[in-house]
Amino acid sequence: MSVPHALLALLSEGPKYGLQLREEFEARTGEVWPLNVGQVYTTVQRLERDGLVEADGTGEDSQHKGYRITAAGEEELAAWLRTPPDLASPPRDELVIKVLVALRVPGVDVPEVLQVHRRYLVQLMQQWTRIKEDAAEDDIGLALAVDAELFRLESVIRWLDSAESRIRRHPMTQVKNGAPLPRLRRPTGARR
Amino acid sequence: MTALELRHVSKTYGEGAAEVHALRDVSLTVEPGALVAIMGPSGSGKSTMLTIAGSLEDATSGDVFVAGQALAGLSRNQRARLRRRSIGFVFQNFNLLAGLTAAENVALPLELDGIAGRTARKAAVAALDNLGLGDRVSHFPDELSGGERQRVAIARAVVGERRLLLADEPSGALDSANAEAVMRLVRAACQGGVAGVVVTHDAQLASWADRVVFLRDGHISDQTDPLPGPESLLMPGHSQ
Repeated sequence: MSVPHALLALLSEGPKYGLQLREEFEARTGEVWPLNVGQVYTTVQRLERDGLVEADGTGEDSQHKGYRITAAGEEELAAWLRTPPDLASPPRDELVIKVLVALRVPGVDVPEVLQVHRRYLVQLMQQWTRIKEDAAEDDIGLALAVDAELFRLESVIRWLDSAESRIRRHPMTQVKNGAPLPRLRRPTGARR
Repeated sequence: MTALELRHVSKTYGEGAAEVHALRDVSLTVEPGALVAIMGPSGSGKSTMLTIAGSLEDATSGDVFVAGQALAGLSRNQRARLRRRSIGFVFQNFNLLAGLTAAENVALPLELDGIAGRTARKAAVAALDNLGLGDRVSHFPDELSGGERQRVAIARAVVGERRLLLADEPSGALDSANAEAVMRLVRAACQGGVAGVVVTHDAQLASWADRVVFLRDGHISDQTDPLPGPESLLMPGHSQ
């Protein structure tokens, strides 16, 4: 979540005081993404320095000073909204690595390893679903954020399910209990 | 009194070399008001478990109790009556009768149970109204959207004095908004005291349940812990 762009979005609705920005920022994002609210004042100062927002009226400190978005700020916000975040490089996924490692460790029950994670993920999804169920019907922001989390967790469970059926179809994938590890032959003539 | 209890239930199809163990020593208790999801891959025994719980099929061994009543001691007719009175079914493909209106579909189990036509219709219209279908009571299934048809099926499953709601992939044919609406209705029915069992391979759907039971190769391999309060996810520090 980008704090500068969240602040530009708040100011795109109209000029606001520093304190107001801080409160609205907290109200809109705090429940799902507890970010550092202290960042709000330093970020708005940086936005002012970069010409993306400007002072609106008088006021001494960041808290009581009013801000408005500039034309450059509106342009920046519009460009950011249409720029996809970097999803091209796959994240280093600890769970994937764990399962790959489990396949190599003799005596490990891989389906059981998968189930431990599946249960944990389903429990997390139950908690998020309960939050969505209890939320006010018009709290679209919260519902969207919870949905994003649910789809993300679900995709991990689907990967676990497909991993399990793949391993069941190819039971030899796993090193059998007590089987010696494959020997790594040192290429002849290798330098020490 | 538990709404549903399976005690050491096993189910075998075929004989000899062709023998298939669909369920092996499954025990499960569902209290009134609880929603339990049964999760498992295709062929894990989920649907068999549901049909046995709904008395549509017999267990090879073990005992099944619905609303405190042992199914084993009941005659065919008594079972049919128990199904009509105490158990509601919701299927992926809705299973509504095409020649009947929404209200007639919902009223049918009541009428079969001997309730007068007018009283049954009144209860059906009230159930449909409750699910937001007050303006659809005279529509035929093919005049309704998928989401609406499933809501009619839920109304039919909960109308009257039902104790147990059994659902097999109830949102399988629906988009995510309608799937969520269906699960909200199932939850609401459970909060009204009905016990719900939903079988699914879909984690989003299962996450509406109070308890998720995992089925593998016909036996219960695992289940979720009781839910902690939702606040644990919203504590400061739980940030991405």
